[in-house]
Amino acid sequence: MRRAPSHSYPGLNLGEDHASAHKFTEVVTFGFWVFLMSDLVYFGLMFAIYITMIDAQAGGPGPHELFDLKSIFAQTLILLTSSLTVGLAMLALKYNLPRGRIVLWFGVTLILGLSFLVLEIRDFMAMAEKGGIPQRSGFLSAFYGLVPLHGLHVAAGCLWLVVLGIQLRVMGLTDLIMSRVVRLALFWHFLDLIWIGIITIVYFGGLSYG
Amino acid sequence: MDRRTELHRRERRRYVIGYGGSLLLTLAVFSIAYIYGIQRPGVFFSIGLLGLVQLVVQLVYFLHIDRRRSSREDLDLILFSTLVLLIIIGGTVWILGNLAMRMHMHAM
Amino acid sequence: MTSADPGFLGRLSWDAFPVAGLIQNPSTNEIVANAAAAIVLVGAVSVIGLLSWFRLWGPLWRDWLTSVDHKKIGIMYIVFAIVMLARGVLEGVVMRAQQAAGPGEGFLEPEHFAELFSTHGTIMIFFVAVPFVFGIANFVVPLMIGARDVAFPRLNQISLGLTVSAGMMLMVSLVVGRFSTGGWTAYPPYTGAAFNPGVGPDYWIWAIVVSGVGTTLTGINFAVTIYKLRAPGMKFMRLPMYCWTIICSSILIIFAMPPLGVAALLLAADRYLDFHFFTNDLGGNMMNYANLFWLFGHPEVYLLVLPAYGIYSEIFATFSAKRLYGYNSLVIATMSIAVLSFTVWLHHFFTMGQSALINAVFGIATMLIAIPTGVKVYDWMATLWRGRIRFSVPMLYGLAFLMLFVIGGLSGVILANPTVDYQVHNTLFLVAHFHNVLLPGVLFGLLAAYNYWFPKAFGFRLNEGWGRVTVALWTVGFMLTFMPLYFVGLMGMPRRSYSWEDPSFHPFMIVAVLGALVILCALLSVLVQLWVSIRDREKTRVLVGDPWDGRTLEWSIPAPPPPYNFAIIPQVTDRDDFAARKQRGEAYPTPQSYEDIEMPRNTGIGFILCVSSGVWMFALVWWIWWLAILMTVMMLLAVIVWSFDTSTEIIIPAEEVRKDHEAWLDQVHSAQAVDRDYEASTENQGLARPDLEAVT
Repeated sequence: MRRAPSHSYPGLNLGEDHASAHKFTEVVTFGFWVFLMSDLVYFGLMFAIYITMIDAQAGGPGPHELFDLKSIFAQTLILLTSSLTVGLAMLALKYNLPRGRIVLWFGVTLILGLSFLVLEIRDFMAMAEKGGIPQRSGFLSAFYGLVPLHGLHVAAGCLWLVVLGIQLRVMGLTDLIMSRVVRLALFWHFLDLIWIGIITIVYFGGLSYG
Repeated sequence: MDRRTELHRRERRRYVIGYGGSLLLTLAVFSIAYIYGIQRPGVFFSIGLLGLVQLVVQLVYFLHIDRRRSSREDLDLILFSTLVLLIIIGGTVWILGNLAMRMHMHAM
Repeated sequence: MTSADPGFLGRLSWDAFPVAGLIQNPSTNEIVANAAAAIVLVGAVSVIGLLSWFRLWGPLWRDWLTSVDHKKIGIMYIVFAIVMLARGVLEGVVMRAQQAAGPGEGFLEPEHFAELFSTHGTIMIFFVAVPFVFGIANFVVPLMIGARDVAFPRLNQISLGLTVSAGMMLMVSLVVGRFSTGGWTAYPPYTGAAFNPGVGPDYWIWAIVVSGVGTTLTGINFAVTIYKLRAPGMKFMRLPMYCWTIICSSILIIFAMPPLGVAALLLAADRYLDFHFFTNDLGGNMMNYANLFWLFGHPEVYLLVLPAYGIYSEIFATFSAKRLYGYNSLVIATMSIAVLSFTVWLHHFFTMGQSALINAVFGIATMLIAIPTGVKVYDWMATLWRGRIRFSVPMLYGLAFLMLFVIGGLSGVILANPTVDYQVHNTLFLVAHFHNVLLPGVLFGLLAAYNYWFPKAFGFRLNEGWGRVTVALWTVGFMLTFMPLYFVGLMGMPRRSYSWEDPSFHPFMIVAVLGALVILCALLSVLVQLWVSIRDREKTRVLVGDPWDGRTLEWSIPAPPPPYNFAIIPQVTDRDDFAARKQRGEAYPTPQSYEDIEMPRNTGIGFILCVSSGVWMFALVWWIWWLAILMTVMMLLAVIVWSFDTSTEIIIPAEEVRKDHEAWLDQVHSAQAVDRDYEASTENQGLARPDLEAVT
């Protein structure tokens, strides 16, 4: 069914201990990369719309009234740390560490992801109290079109972590599960990259030019 | 077994370096904003630059993208996507910015 | 929420059905609307009735709906596309009839006419062209690259399910409620909640979003398939031209569908949640929408036409019995078009008000695309030159394409000049232009592909005589319908007008409606050809599998191919590998040994997602929130539960493969090889006698 790869898959890979999983993973991971790039265009366009609508505040509250950099700083640290822990889960898998270790790192990542979401939702609620709701202006629509889209991705990642954690227990370390762990790690790192764009363009850019 | 432990240690170090680097860059960005104030000229430029550096750090240390032959196809994919994104975002900002200017849409 | 508290059925009520309108106000307009609804209902009921009468539900479910075989999925895409094509053509005829009625005359209400051009455009682009293009690609690509299936067979089934459920929304909109009147582009603020509070734009939005997801997944699937699953030895520069165009087209999908998704979803946010992306008030900017839509819209045109270029490349080479001329330049031209197509979107809104500099930049970029396209036209002509040409049906489509498409392309270069565009923008000149590239370009290509690969799919050829009649009808019908529109366009007739006053338009409109009737005959002729071919199938069997002296790998296997396509994965040594093998006399080697083949197992996930996404869309359109939430949860659960399924593969034992393959080899050895001169006769059993002289 699948052609043997002429070379090993770069980047996140499962290494020599999991040769059969490795072949399968090569095709699927490449496909997942392509999907992420398509997803990246979604984010890219939302960034472009945000840039074009920074001035469209229509007399409503703007970045200076609404953005809370302390909370953003905390969210950044949390997400960055979760990117490390998901990487460590991958390594635990790759080097055949006990399954408990993988589940441990999964758990830590999940807790970090959920706390990120809690902080983000608290931010939105604080913004709403100051009148910063998406229905208020084009600028706020663009903000709420972009930042929660990232949040939604994080939430989907959390759901994926839970499902995959269960599958690890139920189905064991099959090729399929291993390749899913690789993809989840890829997805999670990708979300961290998007977040760098969000703090730079949405928050700092908004404060500079809004 | 020894070689594998060694490899494991090396890979783990990679992640930790990436994490440390990203942490430093994040701290730098927020300190610059805190110390100089966000609206001073040049501040946003340096924040943007540091953001770009952090993207590269994470791509290299977390996602293992480099110029080795084996990661060439991922790199090609990322570069092509970047090209398309630049065209799309740059074009959009150019067109809409021009329209906004010509129509005096926003009080500057 | 823009409405008061909706009840159990949301805003769905008796008034949503067209019969209600007929009872209140019996007019020609209402009769046409009810007839359309009746056709949908009668069609649905008769399909269900026939399936039950012949007890076909079981086989339909086992062999088709749950199948993950790329060949069957391709065929289902094409059937779906032809059903939708029938509706699109009928709508076109009704519109032409309305406009031909004379100054200030006509039998349709403006709203109804607007619905017609909106559904016509939406259907033809998203539910005819896209599924037809990827139906052909589904069937052909894995066979051409020597693979057993696409990279993600189950995802492929899901893509089909989503495309079909979105298409069904357009059918449902005929029976329940009204479709959008905002054109296939659905520009706000007209389609925003303030001006269009009804369900029309919502039907459009959700059909576009869901089919967009399906198409994106298809694009990813084919990019990865061609990138990763080529047979050993098939380097990129040995890839058949058609596969090159599909990989470029997939790349266009991957990067160009997201802008459409963003545009439609932000419009949905405006309509459902009172956001202000494109509204008139509170900082909304409708120009953002035009920009987003055409960021998608322009690459879309090329993602449709590139595969057609690929089809013509294969057909010209095969029916001239020559290697494709200028392969390298064709590859470079294809890739240039793919990249350039991301740099020209502004030419769809030259008149929006941006500076002359910006217009000039995008105008020049647009004209640049004519260069690689011109390279292709010359390459095709050079392929024909001194070839041993057979005027079979696909070749006739190809020749009609060469002549007519150049006219369409040139009118495109005229439109690329912003100063000219200001004059003819939004006139029928534009309508004539894009039909001139989409019919001879895309549709003729797809029909040629249908005639070309049909014997591979079903093991018998299509009727040549009716095929030729069909080509003639399409060509004449196209010219009669659309050439007059160039003239009235230059005379200033705006597009999308349900009525007009200038009597000098009248003669042209009458010619156009006659042309539309010829096109209707062409459509019927496609069906007659299929009927006659099925009736006479015993006379045109080509079970050996190579009726046209083909050059690429798909012709080296039985027709119809076995589920696993290749008993032994071929080792590729040449660009036209099968042609080279035939020349060396090694076309049908007897394998030393056979291996077990692992194939994906059938699954119902695509069907489940098809139905649940369909109900989900309907619930969203009619504000039946509880149902929308239920369906969201159901789709999530279906995917999660499905991800626990591990028995996704079946094994076809080596012994079975050997038995089938040897039976076929016996057929090959006992068949009589035919010369190209007898290709269309009953002697053609699918074994070609290579024409050594003509092979250059």
